[in-house]
Amino acid sequence: MSIKDYLTIVIEGQLFGIEAVSIHDVFYINEMTPVPLAREDVDGVLNLRGRIVTAVCARKRMGMGPRPDSIPNPLAIALEINGDMYALIVDSVSEVMKLDENRFHQPPGNLPPRWSETLKGVYQLENDLLILLEPSGLFEATIIAKAA
Amino acid sequence: MRPGEVSSAALEAAFQSAPAPDWMYGDVSPKAEIAPAPQPKPDSAAPAKTVAKSGESEDAALKTEQSIRVNVDVLESLMTLVSEMVLTRNQLLQISRDRDDAEFTAPLARLSALTGELQDSVMKTRMQPIGAAWKKLPRVIRDLSNELGKKIDLIMEGEATELDRQVLELIRDPLTHMVRNSADHGLEGPEERVARGKNAEGKIRLSAYHEGGFIIIRIADDGRGLNTARIREKLVEKSLISKQEADTLTEAQIHRYIFAPGFSTASKITNVSGRGVGMDVVRTNIETIGGQIDLLSIEGQGTTFTIKIPLTLAIVSALIVRAGNQRFAVPQSSVLELVRTGQNSEYRIERIDKTLVLRLREQLLPLVELGPCLNVKDTKLRFIQDETILSTTAYVMVIQVGESRFGLVVTEVLDTEEIVVKPLANMLRDIAVFSGATILGDGSVVLILDPNALSTHAGRLLEEASIQGVGKQVKENTTALLIFKGMGSSLKAVPLSDITRLEQIDCDRFEIIDGRVALQYRGRLMPIVPFADGMSLVTEGVQPLLVLNTQGYPMGLAVETIVDVVEETLRLELSPDKEGVRGTAVISGRACEVIDTNHYRLKGLSEHLRPLSTHGETEKSLEISVA
Repeated sequence: MSIKDYLTIVIEGQLFGIEAVSIHDVFYINEMTPVPLAREDVDGVLNLRGRIVTAVCARKRMGMGPRPDSIPNPLAIALEINGDMYALIVDSVSEVMKLDENRFHQPPGNLPPRWSETLKGVYQLENDLLILLEPSGLFEATIIAKAA
Repeated sequence: MRPGEVSSAALEAAFQSAPAPDWMYGDVSPKAEIAPAPQPKPDSAAPAKTVAKSGESEDAALKTEQSIRVNVDVLESLMTLVSEMVLTRNQLLQISRDRDDAEFTAPLARLSALTGELQDSVMKTRMQPIGAAWKKLPRVIRDLSNELGKKIDLIMEGEATELDRQVLELIRDPLTHMVRNSADHGLEGPEERVARGKNAEGKIRLSAYHEGGFIIIRIADDGRGLNTARIREKLVEKSLISKQEADTLTEAQIHRYIFAPGFSTASKITNVSGRGVGMDVVRTNIETIGGQIDLLSIEGQGTTFTIKIPLTLAIVSALIVRAGNQRFAVPQSSVLELVRTGQNSEYRIERIDKTLVLRLREQLLPLVELGPCLNVKDTKLRFIQDETILSTTAYVMVIQVGESRFGLVVTEVLDTEEIVVKPLANMLRDIAVFSGATILGDGSVVLILDPNALSTHAGRLLEEASIQGVGKQVKENTTALLIFKGMGSSLKAVPLSDITRLEQIDCDRFEIIDGRVALQYRGRLMPIVPFADGMSLVTEGVQPLLVLNTQGYPMGLAVETIVDVVEETLRLELSPDKEGVRGTAVISGRACEVIDTNHYRLKGLSEHLRPLSTHGETEKSLEISVA
């Protein structure tokens, strides 16, 4: 049995989890520079304490609808993948859960490819399903290129 | 206080006292009397030890200096920290500019100066002599000379010229490749050389020096030079250019095709070269680091490659411009000039169908609007749709990309700033038009444009514009043409812009040296080339001369009579039938052969640059004939 910490986030009502050790920061985005000609899910680049961070909108990345106006200030999670800093823009962040790594299930086979490439597994909570995200799957260009 | 800051300050003192960074890879070299016991950085992973320098270095001062070995990673992180510090300083300066607080200003100015010095010092630790990239070359040449059976003398000059370690790594391979090329393609075998009257030992001269913020590297050989006819043939054969193009291009233009992908004239593939991958890779490598490459080749006398690369990649000076509501940085090195157009300006943007052009000194410059080109929000194809074109104020940045130029239209030019280039994340790396991003003094992120890629991106637009531009130019612009008689009665013409001066020289002033005619002209000896073989100069009275200037070397082209200067549209109608002629055109109702001045320039240049050994040979043959 190996217990790990997972930060739970909510995107369009769905509960997601990201391994807590991989997260550098959780912050509100104030100023962002849009990147012309970029993929549509890239919202822009921003300055996070002197590092240039590429912000990716989780809703657009997962093929969900646009963010409603009820969530005015976008909240972002900063992650580092292969030396590059990324920020995943989410709706809200809730608690950190301690979960057993071995009790994650393989994601079901009938998910759309947009989802399956970003998922690591599914955890059955008492009255909810927690979807574990794979950060490198979210941001790595090679995987995205393959899916496209 | 973080440990990194403490040690960078401690190192700073040491760096400042060391004027010349060390020879060794990643070394710092504090002078012995100021830092008698060099302190290794506490968080350095590398074993720090003192190394007493000896021998090999040509700079005697280096011998006495002590040095420590520092891990490259440490230097890199120092560099990043300093960059951050500079940015923070810029933010502070901006804040203080807005406030009138005298108490604050003095220490801030001092901090600012110190930060600048610290940055310079840390930059210096990254500098290395170019000799580090050349170290292996003598061996490469020795091996090659055995393998190819050639005698090769490699001369290296300016090894101590310093440049950024990162740049050094990137040019190491291209340089090696080019030196191999010179040895394999450039130099002839010893028998051939002797037969041509050259020294049996071929020379390859490698030199480097600083010029502005750039380092210039030259690779010169005294070999056979490029075979223009062969290249032309190959280009047509590989259908890289059409037959017609091949005939109209000048020698220099043809020579530049050796940088084209997949091009090789070597008839046999050796394990050294001739595989057709080479010079194009070299050029790409050099261009990716913002450098340029060019060549000059004279058949039978050798080829010289000139490479110009920036000293460092880490910090560039850039223009901050605005397109629509977004700011971008453009590296200053690629901007030739800035032109303000519209109201209160002598320049204005004009339109040909849907493309924009600017009249700039009698030339039409194709324009690209930055905002629409990048789909920046709030920018429409304003100039194309809007009829108020004449009154709009805009800025045009004239940008040189390779051979061609174009103008980038921006809404506003805000500032110039020294920026620290940071690469974009992997996810954005496929957007070629941005070479990176940077954080400005106010803390915001701006994207850095890559003018090369931008011109490719806007390529279709540009192409159309240039085609229409050329068409329009022919219609509107006439060329000033000089009409003269070369030898015999047929008329020749040459664009007046190709001629530096017209002279009527008294024939007594010509001097004949070793069978060649020369003239003392403006303090220099200028060779006189007769217009055609077998043409003799006048023996009394005055001789008309067309003075051509080639790379600072003047030459005089002797012609029979100068007839007229006319303003007319130059349209070549018959293709050339002999060397030195671009074609035939009807000018002022008379058929004239339009001459190719490059042909004569090369003749003149070869008079200037003729190697000494050739003289030796002529003298020798004279002796023999006398005997």
